[in-house]
Amino acid sequence: MKIIVLVKEVPDTYGERKLDLETGLADRAASESVLDEISERALEVALAHAGSADGVEVVLLSMAPESAAATIRKGLAMGAASAVHIADPALAGADLGLTARTLAAAIRRTGFDLVITGNLSTDGSGGVLAAMLAELLEVPNATALSSVEITADSVSGTRSTDDRAMRVSAPLPAVISITEALPDARLPNFKGIMAAKKKPFETLTAADLGIEPQDLSVASSIMTAIAEKPPRTAGVKITDEGDGGTKIAEFLIENRLA
Amino acid sequence: MTDYPADAILVLLETSPTGELAKSATGLLGAAALIGTPVALAVTAPGRGDAQALAEQAAAAGAERTLVVETDAVQTQLTVPQVDALAAAAGAVAPDAVLISNSIEGRDIAGRFAARTSAPIAVDAIGVSRDDEGVVARHSVYGGAYNLESAATFGPLVVTVRQGAIESRAEARPIALETLELQASGAEATTIESVEAIEEASSRPELRGATRVVSGGRGLGSAEKFALVEELADALGAAVGASRAAVDAGYIPANHQVGQTGVSVSPQLYIALGISGAIQHKAGMQTAKNIVAVNKDPDAPIFEVADFGVVGDVFTVVPQLISALAERKR
Ligand SMILES: Cc1cc2nc3c(=O)[nH]c(=O)nc-3n(C[C@H](O)[C@H](O)[C@H](O)COP(=O)(O)OP(=O)(O)OC[C@H]3O[C@@H](n4cnc5c(N)ncnc54)[C@H](O)[C@@H]3O)c2cc1C
Ligand SMILES: Cc1cc2nc3c(=O)[nH]c(=O)nc-3n(C[C@H](O)[C@H](O)[C@H](O)COP(=O)(O)OP(=O)(O)OC[C@H]3O[C@@H](n4cnc5c(N)ncnc54)[C@H](O)[C@@H]3O)c2cc1C
Repeated sequence: MKIIVLVKEVPDTYGERKLDLETGLADRAASESVLDEISERALEVALAHAGSADGVEVVLLSMAPESAAATIRKGLAMGAASAVHIADPALAGADLGLTARTLAAAIRRTGFDLVITGNLSTDGSGGVLAAMLAELLEVPNATALSSVEITADSVSGTRSTDDRAMRVSAPLPAVISITEALPDARLPNFKGIMAAKKKPFETLTAADLGIEPQDLSVASSIMTAIAEKPPRTAGVKITDEGDGGTKIAEFLIENRLA
Repeated sequence: MTDYPADAILVLLETSPTGELAKSATGLLGAAALIGTPVALAVTAPGRGDAQALAEQAAAAGAERTLVVETDAVQTQLTVPQVDALAAAAGAVAPDAVLISNSIEGRDIAGRFAARTSAPIAVDAIGVSRDDEGVVARHSVYGGAYNLESAATFGPLVVTVRQGAIESRAEARPIALETLELQASGAEATTIESVEAIEEASSRPELRGATRVVSGGRGLGSAEKFALVEELADALGAAVGASRAAVDAGYIPANHQVGQTGVSVSPQLYIALGISGAIQHKAGMQTAKNIVAVNKDPDAPIFEVADFGVVGDVFTVVPQLISALAERKR
């Protein structure tokens, strides 16, 4: 069985994240780049299954600038067998449609039984990619899974939304997305880091996948305006001297909040 | 009737597990009315008599027409029946935009629909408008640090609208119900094996779109003691939120999580109890109008964004606050 895990490099949420006010693109120099935590959890689901069943191959796939190669290698060090990196300057600033078409082409090229993505990235926060890929690949989408069971020919799990919890299942091939209710990823160990250096790492361009990034005949989403909001400033801070609760009540009443 | 308004905005209505119009629908129709004429679409199981009731509720919330697709498939298949219905409706209506709730269900439908029709998609919009060139979506990104606007290069834009973000409401219109035949695409779907409604304390407001939110963090110490957060919330008529640490510790279910990977709220009042104010938590609440924080660590980062902060123990400060509020009510 071949499992493709979609991993994304994002600006570290622990740091200050900036957008370029000229281009609207993420300012990659402003903050550290890391493997998105939810991508790591997606990889953990695949690796846990590979550890418990025979003949499971885990492939990483990422569309990201060339500089992201080191971040993707972390996934190899964690235990994935190989990586496919789509790096092409013409894809910078790709919208969801172009991203989905490009990733789908790469998934087809690699071949797959199961695709695992995060439910939501921490930068674009689109939360739609898994469904888009399922449509393009003509397979079922089982998204937002908080538990996952994989067998040789099916995938099932629990899917919790705001007002309901479902049990769902799909035959393979399928695309699933997982939530942060699933376990933290394992850490790469020394052996894994050394082994990662010898694992297959393929770098592709859009042209390799038959994708024309600047195709104006396809409608796309464009950013038309961007503005930075001034950061919030601190107000009053008092230390409780036995009347802290009363003071908050006064603040609420004064501001017509209670 | 096949003459749809030239400026039609197609709105996908969401229904609750019991088949009623979901709360998100009034906001979606309100948003649609700002940029065109709202035409609603409901996809529902046949034989339950939902169609008429949904059309009435949708008309009251501003739908010029309500198209209803009845299919058993909605009960057994994930996403695909709604996408098939939406594709049929969009084909008939030729809308300038398609508005869908940014819920988990809504995002899946929007994603598959956009991919099927090669339509551009604007995610998690907090507002919509129209200029000479068409429909524009407004977004608040990176934890509210930036405001963006996006649009389609051409053709209809699919927009997922953040729940509770749109305050504008459309005027009621006369009921106009139309049934639409479903042409199933035959696309393979995930099977829904069982569904359980998640019970919520019904008297408490929903977190999304709430005007007041009281949230608790790891500082509450246990699920039992987290009841203090709920007590204050009830005293203020507020929704209950939480940090990820509180969710991970099992104090409260995950749908109460506020932050980067949880719900984004923009209430009039946000009270943070025993929450340190990690950057990922602030990402979901720092656009609140007023922020109050109680934390025993004077250096907790939550104080950097608090309008009123108290350095103290939640277990002494909050009970006093609750009595002071009760006192005032008497
Ligand atoms: C602030 C911001 C706002 C944006 N708004 C829009 C918008 O409104 N409309 C629009 O069309 N585009 C938008 N984009 C661009 C969009 O984010 C990118 O196309 C992005 O690569 C995919 O979307 P996502 O990260 O939101 O995906 P999500 O659907 O949130 O991602 C879910 C999962 O898909 C996988 N995944 C996502 N991207 C990649 C990748 N490049 N490589 C490998 N796996 C991946 C990961 O497993 C991830 O966990 C925005 C980008 C930013 C930074
Ligand atoms: C990718 C990613 C996404 C994330 N998404 C989210 C998210 O959506 N939402 C979120 O909240 N976090 C998120 N986090 C986690 C975040 O980094 C923090 O770990 C989390 O917010 C901490 O929760 P907390 O403030 O409750 O706990 P802590 O940081 O442990 O803080 C507890 C606080 O309680 C105070 N305290 C203890 N006892 C008392 C008392 N008796 N009285 C008063 N104060 C007391 C302490 O001084 C401390 O400040 C995310 C992290 C990552 C990496």
